[in-house]
Amino acid sequence: MAEKVLMKGNEAIAEAAIKAGCRHYFGYPITPQTEIAAYMAKRMPKVDGVFLQAESEVSAINMVYGVAGAGFRVMTSSSSPGISLKQEGISYIAGADLPALIVNVQRGGPGLGGIQPSQSDYFQATKGGGHGDYRLIVLAPASVQEMADLTIKAFDLSDKYRVPAMLLADGTMGQMMEPVALPDVEPVQVEKPWAVRGTKMERKHNIINSLYLKPDVLEKVNFERYERYKTIEENEVMYEEYMMDDAEYCVVAFGIAARVAKNAVVAARKEGIKVGLIRPITLWPFPTEVLDKAADKVKGFVSVELSMGQMIEDVKLATKCKKPVTLCNRSGGMIPTPEQVLESIKNLAKENK
Amino acid sequence: MAKYKRVYILAGHYGSGKTNVAVNLALKIKQDGYNVKIADLDIVNPYFRTKDSLKELTEADIQLISPAFANTNVDLPALPQEAYSLVQQKDFYAVLDVGGDDRGAYALGRYAPYIKEENNYEMCFVFNCYRPLTRTAEEALEVMKEIEFACKIPFTAIINNSNIGNDTDAEIILSSQKETERLSKLTGLPVIYTTIREDIDVSLDNKLTLKLQEKYFDIKES
Repeated sequence: MAEKVLMKGNEAIAEAAIKAGCRHYFGYPITPQTEIAAYMAKRMPKVDGVFLQAESEVSAINMVYGVAGAGFRVMTSSSSPGISLKQEGISYIAGADLPALIVNVQRGGPGLGGIQPSQSDYFQATKGGGHGDYRLIVLAPASVQEMADLTIKAFDLSDKYRVPAMLLADGTMGQMMEPVALPDVEPVQVEKPWAVRGTKMERKHNIINSLYLKPDVLEKVNFERYERYKTIEENEVMYEEYMMDDAEYCVVAFGIAARVAKNAVVAARKEGIKVGLIRPITLWPFPTEVLDKAADKVKGFVSVELSMGQMIEDVKLATKCKKPVTLCNRSGGMIPTPEQVLESIKNLAKENK
Repeated sequence: MAKYKRVYILAGHYGSGKTNVAVNLALKIKQDGYNVKIADLDIVNPYFRTKDSLKELTEADIQLISPAFANTNVDLPALPQEAYSLVQQKDFYAVLDVGGDDRGAYALGRYAPYIKEENNYEMCFVFNCYRPLTRTAEEALEVMKEIEFACKIPFTAIINNSNIGNDTDAEIILSSQKETERLSKLTGLPVIYTTIREDIDVSLDNKLTLKLQEKYFDIKES
């Protein structure tokens, strides 16, 4: 393993992207992710890459569309309001079956909201966001190390399945500094025979497009794409289980909320409550199976979120409402404390003995 | 000769730990019995501000001069008007916490004429050789030049604040000495402090002890 350095989450994303072979970054500044752009502006020229600050988020995502079509690893990053602006382009990229990485370092919303951390873009990231039937592979890091590792993973998965990937972080993950060992990886090389890079008059030209003039053709393409989504759901689910072996209650949380929840789980155990944590690392595909199995074992769930309660819907779907699911949340840029989560665990335990 | 210069300016690469060093240096000056004020001149980063240490500073009777909107959702690059008092009144010591890199140092430029005229300052480069863009003395020198160009005040000293966050131990600090010495030779500037977190046991000359700053999302696994 490489030597550890001290990095901000945003910097870890940027450096990991370079390690993953990404040489094209298009963005537009917005707090709390601007360090990604600033880092890329410094580093890309040194690795013979392209950093370009576009005139808007709409422009940046369409530049990503173009480079992805040419078959190169490419990324953009923004924070919540900027990600909303990119949705049209993301839908086009998904519709054209192109790999790309979109990073969302979430802040409070809706609207301009605020600059403090949030997880309230969960619906947008996992349920579409843009128009049409499509999915993004959504990865949710919970440490600066994971900001780096999952960035590389996102590029690999995106290339493998020709599905755009989103790294869904939050303001805290972007801003906090932690020791990181940047993995020395050789970027996975994926053949991209579909890429538009010039035919040299040696083959038929490729077309990158999301427009279909005949509805039955579009339907066929959509069905085929959903077959691919099914493969992803079967093979690429990632999660962490913590103290679940003998758990009678289960906390579900991702990202920064999972870190807070972990401390609450430890505190609850000290008070004799057998509670564990399931932390989804892929938000899509969601760890449905592990939650469903947990529902046969535990007496109830608490979903801990920095939102008004979004992931809780997927927890209820996954567990088929076999057991009660309660919500422990803060919103608007506030972060739940371990004490608040502990209180929710205690309430759940009291009401479901 | 006085133990301290009248003004300490802390500048350096983004995320090198300037704010943490600034707060702890002010506490040290105060502990030695001198009147000191601290100013937050960071107009770049809306997070991790001097104001996060307001409680400790207030308890130590150190006045904090901080932008009106610090630690709110208002992301405005505004400087506090009271900051002028630090360079114009000379009956107390002053610690200036400057924003990161050259972008952050531009704000310092407006105070530069006063600081240079008084000529009783230490312009400190806060160095962390475990930050990815200042791993070597040469890379740090590049950042130093950019900062000097932006604020028009040449560096006069180096503070070694090399650390890797919570995983920092004595070895991490000791192995940073070599690169810091190289930077010192390369620039001809003295290393006036090496920072050591209070729970780490290292004996060094010119040690600046850092108080622990615990965040509640640090994972405390049992």
